[in-house]
Amino acid sequence: MALTDQEVVRIARLARLHLTEAQQTQAKTDLNKILGIIQTLQAVDTTGVEPLAHPLAAVTEVSLRLREDQVTEISSVERREALMANAPGSAQGLFLVPKVLE
Amino acid sequence: MSNTLLQFNSLAQLGQALSARKLSATELAQDCLKQIQDQQALNAFVHVDAELTLTQARLADAAIAAGTAGPLTGIPIAHKDLFVTEGWRSTAGSNMLKNYVSPFDATVVRKLREAGCVSLGKLNCDEFAMGSGNEHSAFGPARNPWDPSAVPGGSSGASAAAVAAKLVMATTGTDTGGSVRQPAALCGVSGIKPTYGAVSRYGMIAYGSSLDQAGPLAANAADLVELLDTMSGFDPRDATSAEQCHSVANAPGRIRSEYQSTNAQYAAQGAQPLKGLRIGVPREYFGDGLNNEVAQAVEAAIAQFEALGAKRVDISLPRTQLSIPAYYVIAPAEASSNLSRYDGVRYGHRSESYTDLADMTARSRAEGFGPEVQRRILIGTYVLSHGYYDAYYLQAQRLRRMIADDFQTALTTQCDVIMGPVTPTVAAPIGHSQDDPTADWLADVYTLGLNLAGLPGMSIPCGFGRGASGRQLPVGLQIIGNYFDEGRLLAIAHQYQQTTDWHQRIAGQA
Repeated sequence: MALTDQEVVRIARLARLHLTEAQQTQAKTDLNKILGIIQTLQAVDTTGVEPLAHPLAAVTEVSLRLREDQVTEISSVERREALMANAPGSAQGLFLVPKVLE
Repeated sequence: MSNTLLQFNSLAQLGQALSARKLSATELAQDCLKQIQDQQALNAFVHVDAELTLTQARLADAAIAAGTAGPLTGIPIAHKDLFVTEGWRSTAGSNMLKNYVSPFDATVVRKLREAGCVSLGKLNCDEFAMGSGNEHSAFGPARNPWDPSAVPGGSSGASAAAVAAKLVMATTGTDTGGSVRQPAALCGVSGIKPTYGAVSRYGMIAYGSSLDQAGPLAANAADLVELLDTMSGFDPRDATSAEQCHSVANAPGRIRSEYQSTNAQYAAQGAQPLKGLRIGVPREYFGDGLNNEVAQAVEAAIAQFEALGAKRVDISLPRTQLSIPAYYVIAPAEASSNLSRYDGVRYGHRSESYTDLADMTARSRAEGFGPEVQRRILIGTYVLSHGYYDAYYLQAQRLRRMIADDFQTALTTQCDVIMGPVTPTVAAPIGHSQDDPTADWLADVYTLGLNLAGLPGMSIPCGFGRGASGRQLPVGLQIIGNYFDEGRLLAIAHQYQQTTDWHQRIAGQA
């Protein structure tokens, strides 16, 4: 079962990656090669086996911890500016993006 | 001026010289900065800031003068550029984060800084830790100090290269599928990946969150104890950080005390310190594809453990090969989710030309991510997409449990530790896998299972084999333990290093 051009376009769109036509062709070749490797797992009989998401859950009860609902970060204009210093575009404490609504 | 660090075989030795004021942390840091400059051809460092380093060194000297110094005070280290650092740029080896400066330190970085370590800067790595040769870096490949035409391994390639070249005493690395153990093996240094949850992931740029763990690299096991013990501990800022390691609190001191008590127990057994230790040797780790010289070096190491009193037990990890498809479904799936945060809005690269918001994000990501990262995002997106989730992702997670169960069967009924090779071959030439993006993936076969199971494992130098250029390149021995066995693993490695000198060989002088 090999991926088609349309499927590659769909995956790239879901992944929010803008691929040129040449990149799409390359991606199709690469992804089909990868699928060849990972498809081998489908031959394994896993009937009755529970999926393992957290590795330690293989041997012990694991529950995800929730933290106390408390303010832990400093709230100040300076801190906000420091946190936003890496933004490609910002003004007045807001992240700038291209216009979304006409 | 010759490299000062060449005079010191261990962290303890260097620590003594520092506390006896035979040299100052500042002089040492200056020398390290110079060595980094002189050995720029290794391309190990991607960001150095002398002022930041010397500020830390002066603080270390002040602590030594005030008598408040600890075992790590003044020790020169460096961080894989996957850890965020205040001050030094944090790039993950990616153009996406080329100019990113973190507003906070990763927990690991903070802990080592608070222990007095002096950071020399940030180390090259595969982009977002995706790679096995440090070739997938936006800053170009790092090189192996044993042979500059060979890879140092990856993804923590420069972390291993910097220790092997004696640019620093120790480094941090991260291990999602072997990224500490494999470069340690290929560069002839020691490295450990602890149990999942033992070390905080806070501030470690995420790749595969259920697999990622930080670990140190250094010349020998005793040095690793000091670093790992300091790095470890429960962190409320990491939702999967372990509060307890069996019945012991996850806190600094745990690993060191287990290491010390295990070593005391071994010392009491005289000439056969490891008497009673059962070493499981999985037959699947010695099959087709394993290079002869690597196999011989690993066999010789196991024989040395037997000479120390250990007993060799033949075991089977029947799903070893299947760890490749399981890992290459789960890790890319988690990566596609983790890397969705890079949208060109809040931080990271933003494309200069676009039509609308969606186009801006898609173009920013296509420009910011390198080819290997894009491949893994695409495959991860595919296996998580509607109609394929059960067949790939859930199936891989079921297989993951079977692989973890195989390790448990071996480690609870047949043996105390597992030993085998880390890699099928010595370091490959740079550029060897250019035409086939998946060629490197298959070479991860001995390291992936451990991450899927969340177990601790390490690599120590155990010999040499001939590389493609004809030079002798290091071989690593992998030692795998059960959950939270770090202290015992390090003690076992220490026993081996007491009677062998592979870990003391220095690139260019062996």
